[in-house]
Amino acid sequence: MLAWTIYISFLGALLLLLLPKGNAAAARILALLTALVTFAITLVSFLQHRTGEMLTVTDVSWIPSLGIRYHLAADGISLVLLLLTGIIAVTGILFSWNIEHRAKEFFAFYLLLIGSVYGVFLSYDLLLLFVFYEIVIIPKYFLIAIWGSTRREYGAMKLVLYSFIGSAMVLIGLIAAYVAAGEKSMALGDLAGFPFSAHFQMWAFPLVFVGFAILAGLWPFHTWAPTGHVAAPTAASMLLAGVVMKLGAYGCLRVAMTLFPLGLGPWGFHFLGFGSWRDVFAVLAVIGIVYGAMVALVQKDFKFVIGYSSVSHMGFILLGLMTLNQIGLSGAVVQMFSHGILAGLMFAVVGRMVYDRTHTRELALLGPMNLNRAIPFAAVTFVVAGMASMGLPGFSGFVAELMIVIGVWHAFPILTVCVGLGLVVGVAYIWRAMQKAFFAEAEHASAAPHEALPPITLPERLGALILIVVSVIVGIYPQVLLNIIVPALNSPLFNGLRQGGWR
Amino acid sequence: MSTVNYAQLWQLALPQVIVVVATLIALAVDLLLLRARPIHTRFTVAAILGSLGCVVAIARLVHVPAQVNVLDGTLLANPLTQLVQIALLVLAIATLLMATNSRFTEHVGEFVLLILVATVGMMFLVSSQDLLVIFISLELLSLSLYILTAFDKHRPHSSEAALKYFLFGGMSAAFLLFGFSLLYGLSNSTSLPRIAAAIHASAATGSPLNPLLLIAIVTTVIGFGFKVAAFPFHFWAPDVYQGAPAPSAAFIASSSKVASFFIFFQVMAVGFAGAEGSAAWMHFTTGWVPVLAVVAALSMVLGNLVAIVQRSVRRLLAYSAIAHAGYMLLAIVSHTQQSLGALLYYVVTYALATLGAFGVVAIVEQRTGGDRLEHFDGLSRRAPVLSACMFVFLLSLAGIPPLAGFFGKFYLFVSVLHSGPGLLWLVVLAIAMSAVSLYYYLQVLKRIYVANPSDEVANASADATTIRTPILSQAVVVLLAAGVVLFGCAPHLLLHWMDAAIRAAGF
Repeated sequence: MLAWTIYISFLGALLLLLLPKGNAAAARILALLTALVTFAITLVSFLQHRTGEMLTVTDVSWIPSLGIRYHLAADGISLVLLLLTGIIAVTGILFSWNIEHRAKEFFAFYLLLIGSVYGVFLSYDLLLLFVFYEIVIIPKYFLIAIWGSTRREYGAMKLVLYSFIGSAMVLIGLIAAYVAAGEKSMALGDLAGFPFSAHFQMWAFPLVFVGFAILAGLWPFHTWAPTGHVAAPTAASMLLAGVVMKLGAYGCLRVAMTLFPLGLGPWGFHFLGFGSWRDVFAVLAVIGIVYGAMVALVQKDFKFVIGYSSVSHMGFILLGLMTLNQIGLSGAVVQMFSHGILAGLMFAVVGRMVYDRTHTRELALLGPMNLNRAIPFAAVTFVVAGMASMGLPGFSGFVAELMIVIGVWHAFPILTVCVGLGLVVGVAYIWRAMQKAFFAEAEHASAAPHEALPPITLPERLGALILIVVSVIVGIYPQVLLNIIVPALNSPLFNGLRQGGWR
Repeated sequence: MSTVNYAQLWQLALPQVIVVVATLIALAVDLLLLRARPIHTRFTVAAILGSLGCVVAIARLVHVPAQVNVLDGTLLANPLTQLVQIALLVLAIATLLMATNSRFTEHVGEFVLLILVATVGMMFLVSSQDLLVIFISLELLSLSLYILTAFDKHRPHSSEAALKYFLFGGMSAAFLLFGFSLLYGLSNSTSLPRIAAAIHASAATGSPLNPLLLIAIVTTVIGFGFKVAAFPFHFWAPDVYQGAPAPSAAFIASSSKVASFFIFFQVMAVGFAGAEGSAAWMHFTTGWVPVLAVVAALSMVLGNLVAIVQRSVRRLLAYSAIAHAGYMLLAIVSHTQQSLGALLYYVVTYALATLGAFGVVAIVEQRTGGDRLEHFDGLSRRAPVLSACMFVFLLSLAGIPPLAGFFGKFYLFVSVLHSGPGLLWLVVLAIAMSAVSLYYYLQVLKRIYVANPSDEVANASADATTIRTPILSQAVVVLLAAGVVLFGCAPHLLLHWMDAAIRAAGF
């Protein structure tokens, strides 16, 4: 049944293109229905699937002469991310209810993107995964270049080139692994079970890992993320931060680390204090956390604050992956989910609720508008989202970051200090943005009486509510995710990792 | 010396004969009956007659699989050559049908004749393992292409391009012939397997490669490198792609590439077997492989980098063709059975995509007056179907899945790595360069989808905004796009034919 998430999304995109011109309302409703159906499918599968092991969805021969199969499967990790995709897809459409310009094409590209994201999370055959992974790039470009704002063509092209270079690195690694394993199969399980030589893994691992991590915003390859997020229209930045960056993190875990576990092992010598690729990437992730937070602290543009906060939060995920212990890894997966929800919410507030009404994102200009009176709902939503993002207990962010920090404490005790610093700065930049945008001292009567801002619409309230509720549910009862993530991490697929550096 | 078996020869050459007969009929009908009719009618009738001939030839090739070898490889037919011939005929049909809409000449019959004669030349070219026949067919092909390039007599660009093409072509033909004569001198034979045997015999004595053989390698590579537009023999390509009438340019960019690459592979892999050398990283040894590896690497780098700065879509396609020639040369560098399959898959799907892209460019040129990037502004609002097809073609060329171009690249790189890990550096370079290529393809798509139509168009009435596309051209373009998508999603359709044919040909 899960396979239908892909087909229905693509079908919806196709139907949208066939709609008569100029009927934006019909396009919206069709897109929303499509997204709702796919979301329902992911939700039902999520609720039904309580064990977390890998379940095959579809498995048919695709290119027999190369042993490549059209093989879709889902385990606990992919189910969590599929659910995330479903939620973000629905809310993203709710937050783009005001799109009038070429609406039909907008939603068609949007659904194409969603469908391929589902495809990536569902693929078990690595060629298939790569195919979906690359399809994602194209709609991203057009969504930003056509419907975006600030320097949209630059931002779109930068994002596309970064992603494409990343996927080129992944492709080199995958082809090399496929040929080295005898060209019999590209199934994840088969390749993960093949004993690649340690020397091969030592160069293939960083290649594939960095290839995916570029999309996950690994410092110093993160620069596409803030510009891309800022240029993108609201729904696209929600997808970008919420789901697409997770594709990178998912690829790191699912492909790079699963296929080449020995690449994480020690080099046997020390260079600048680094003893393995694991050390290198952990330090890069920590730099990302602290750097992202620091830079977010000084931004003038509201959306850039959120953009850099994404870099910082994605650093947590990559750091969690590098801890290589169960709590760190499961924390990383929970953080993927949590950050997807929260980044989506924040971008919705900034892009849709604030920017579409005030037409500016300059924090200095937003302050005098007295937004906490003008659009109180936006202010409240942002406060809640900010609290969740800072990692206050009761929200998903807290659980995830706590698990990761415990994992880091086991693996890299020294780095924990730096992570703590990142957390503190994280509180600071949210606080600053909140204060400057919503609660700045209103200027007195001297300021021209600005025209009343349009009120927050029903779809916006609905979307914000969904995201907040999900974050709270996960925050209060994280077992809902962990119950299927932990068994998935204990499955035979990660045996290599467990024998490698897993502690 | 064996005697010629005329029955065999007839059986072997029948498809070519059919095409020639159809060509003559088309020419006669055009000149005798239709002279006074409008050009569009004449083009349609001539193209349909020519296409019918091609269809009959295809039917013959499909239904009578042959395994014939006349005069020790002078001419031969096996499932592999037949497969390539079918591909060439299909491409010729598509070119003819797309040309029906053009108005650049009154000499309709002659134009169709030249396209089909070039096709016949290519059909002979791929079905021979003899240097003389290869050279003669190659000249038949080249001479037809020179004239096709110059066919638009109203535009000086067309003649200029043809002159350049002719001068470069003549020179490279001389190089090729020189190389062939050296080969004959070395081996006392013009048959590729015998040449290989002679090379083997001299290599068996343990002496290094004969210097004359080295010269022959270099000149042969120059000759074929010109045909496939590889760096540094590519100078004609941008001018020809830009100056030639659109159908001719499309034909040069698609069909002639298929035939040239196939025969290039044959000559190098069969004729120069034993003089390969090695292009493995840090382990270069003398032979033709390192020569080709360098040519391939330079083509990929130069083609992709120069394409970035092009403002004319035709020139952009020309430089991208140079880059693609670089990728395809990798298959010759690795010269295994698998890489022949990969090469064929790549070149056929590449030809489909290029042909389609030229089809779209031709229509846009006719309606907007040029092929510069700005002429494509806002095309998606003016011709949605055409734009969607262009989207498919360009992304396929860029190698985005699930289009045919992606699988072509994937299979090609797998087959190259399969021949040994030493060629990894070429694969890495190729993949890195294809990441660059996305940039310029997106530049075109950005114009089509993102940019708004120019002011005068935007202000015109809705009726004038829409670009009317001739039905036949549009149908062909849509079919080509469908083919690109289909072969990308289900590569096996084409692949299992090719594998079976290659195995049956005993390559």
